[in-house]
Amino acid sequence: MHKISSLKDLTRGQTATVKSLLSTGSIRRRLQDIGLIEGTQVECLQKSPAGDPVAYLIRGAVIALRSEDSSNVLINRIGV
Amino acid sequence: MGLTNDSTGIKAVDSGLIIKKMSPDDKVIAVAGNPNVGKSTVFNNLTGLNQHTGNWPGKTVTNAQGYCHYGGSTYVLVDIPGTYSLMAHSAEEEVARNFICFGEPDAVIVVCDATCLERNFNLVLQTLEITEKVVVCVNLMDEAKKKNIKIDFNALSDKLGVPVIGTTARKKKSLDNLMQGVEQLLSEPKEKAPYKIEYHQPIEDAIAIVEAAIKQRAIKINSRWLSLKLLAYDKTLMTALNEYLGYDLLEDEEIKQALMQAHGLIRANGISKEALYDNIVSCVVRTAEHICSDTVHFEKINYNARDRKIDKILTNKITGFPIMFALLLGIFWLTITGANYPSALLSDGLFWLQDRISDAFLYCGAPKWLHGMLVLGVFRVLAWVVSVMLPPMAIFFPLFTLLEDLGYLPRVAFNLDKYFKKCCACGKQALTMCMGFGCNAAGIIGCRIIDSPRERLIAIITNNFVPCNGRFPTLIAILTMFFVGAAAGPFSSVLSAFLLTCIIILGIFMTFLISKILSKTILKGVASSFTLELPPYRKPQVGRVIVRSIFDRTLFVLGRAVVVAAPAGLIIWLMANISIGSMTLLAHCSGFLDPFAKLLGMDGVILLAFILGFPANEIVVPIIIMAYMAAGSIIELDSLWDLKQLLVDNGWTWITAISTMLFSLMHWPCSTTCLTIKKETQSLKWTAISFLVPTAVGIIVCFAFSNIARLFV
Repeated sequence: MHKISSLKDLTRGQTATVKSLLSTGSIRRRLQDIGLIEGTQVECLQKSPAGDPVAYLIRGAVIALRSEDSSNVLINRIGV
Repeated sequence: MGLTNDSTGIKAVDSGLIIKKMSPDDKVIAVAGNPNVGKSTVFNNLTGLNQHTGNWPGKTVTNAQGYCHYGGSTYVLVDIPGTYSLMAHSAEEEVARNFICFGEPDAVIVVCDATCLERNFNLVLQTLEITEKVVVCVNLMDEAKKKNIKIDFNALSDKLGVPVIGTTARKKKSLDNLMQGVEQLLSEPKEKAPYKIEYHQPIEDAIAIVEAAIKQRAIKINSRWLSLKLLAYDKTLMTALNEYLGYDLLEDEEIKQALMQAHGLIRANGISKEALYDNIVSCVVRTAEHICSDTVHFEKINYNARDRKIDKILTNKITGFPIMFALLLGIFWLTITGANYPSALLSDGLFWLQDRISDAFLYCGAPKWLHGMLVLGVFRVLAWVVSVMLPPMAIFFPLFTLLEDLGYLPRVAFNLDKYFKKCCACGKQALTMCMGFGCNAAGIIGCRIIDSPRERLIAIITNNFVPCNGRFPTLIAILTMFFVGAAAGPFSSVLSAFLLTCIIILGIFMTFLISKILSKTILKGVASSFTLELPPYRKPQVGRVIVRSIFDRTLFVLGRAVVVAAPAGLIIWLMANISIGSMTLLAHCSGFLDPFAKLLGMDGVILLAFILGFPANEIVVPIIIMAYMAAGSIIELDSLWDLKQLLVDNGWTWITAISTMLFSLMHWPCSTTCLTIKKETQSLKWTAISFLVPTAVGIIVCFAFSNIARLFV
């Protein structure tokens, strides 16, 4: 059994699928709007110079998320 | 702290749009789309209007309308703000949804990004739920082609049951097909029913129950969509709906009953309220995924490898910040160096003209006071404003627009976000700051891209800490005179640019500091969540950028400055020439301000110039010059060095120079900006705070600086 991981744990170049969203309220909706739902494939692209936010490839678009938000997106890793 | 909608300007977003038709037969077409898909370019090229476009999400902040003639018909095009969804989570989405839903457009063009179609189809599907009259415009086909993305338009059109047209909005010709699609949609009876999103069975059953009740009412809105929205209760929609219908639909007994029954059914299937919403959203997203899966083909797996490579350099830990600094420095250097010569030329020309006009006045035997007022007052200030402002602006604006078109600005926000987060503010504030370089009023309007009302207010209040284009000339002139030697050669302009960059960085630092203080005091709160899209880099259309930024921005800003400078010149001349007792009015005023100004390291004249410069910061230096010249030593100002002599004769030291620059960076926003703040926040209180905060900071900083500096002299 390995530890449950979130988007925040991904390092550059790693890909995962979304398991569930823990966030609530407006950010949950916003994440859903950009296509982040269960099963969506996400690739970690690039950290900003200060380490946060991090850019992810989500359904063909590059979206930067802050660590607070990415830690609320639980994932299943692909190709460990 | 009560942050109501009223106090924070949610209401300020234009929602009550009045459509101006040229004739009753005109068709109203809404242009919708995700942010940053070239919606404004489509709109501009169809209407011939010049909504400003830029490569970053959230550029269109107001509803604009324009006319387009095609095939003998006139269309009124309405550019609505870019949104990811019509579920109305932000002010922009509300505006977009309300217009599509209640604005009764004849058709909606949904502009999509061909390189990111799946995500964009989310909006297309949601729009199709509201209205059948949709034309899907798949824009940026040139970029898709470069990335080897193949799109099967016939299959897409077939599936969706509405026209799907590929365009490259930069090329006007490709938009002909789009208008043809619109014409077709409006003139021909529909062959196919548009695509319907199918929800899970219990939800479908619930929709059917509510829809049956709604269909008995004569409501023009799509009943299936309305049922869905009533089920997943949407407060903002209900408010807008009640306003539209003139009565409360939820008060209707029959609908109330149906809703209760439907909700019972959903609950019985184990779907909670939150889950219902998730379920609906996932259905839309999955449908979009499904539609695109066999119509959009990515023939190159690493189709955006080049963008990733550029990002790696521009947002890298080691190179990210130095590049930002270097770009800023580079832009200023080019602006300062490039502006020198044309500035001198313009100034020579305009002052030559002044002499000729003076000759003409003399020749006509015009009274001396008239000549003084019009030529020495109005014309001279105008000449200064034009010669000092025009060249730097004509260089700065295009350069900045190039960066904007390239897509660099969202990367600045990406790089700086962590620091904004530390100040409990929003990273998008970096974008509004960048707009502030052009004009603070524009920056304030741009603050609408920030969703959180609290963070938006912080961005509005601190926007004035980035110097706008009206203040650059003042800063550059003082820097060059006092800190860059006359004979330093090519290095002098590098040094000016460097010092100017330092001042800008000080402004940015103050923005962070004040944002933090605001977050801990009157605007308490924690940083809210946000998503920031980093768009693909786009090759800017250099020629177009230059033309557009000169005509749209430069001449606009210059025009405004001229309008303000002319009466200001007159007032100054009058003040300098009307005497009360033994002193002129000007001397009285500046004398009155002098003791206080001295505390800040300046003098009464400088402070008076800042006060009189309230309508436009551009005229601060001209006022100072006029005031000093009126006070005695009348000399011809042939160059910046004569000017320096004039200033030094009037007691300027390096402390005065720095204090003046600091105060220029940090004082009240100009009148246009204040009015914009009032309009955006709908609150006198926040306008007053936006006025007082930078002023207080400026006074404190100048006081501290000048008094400490004097210790060392």
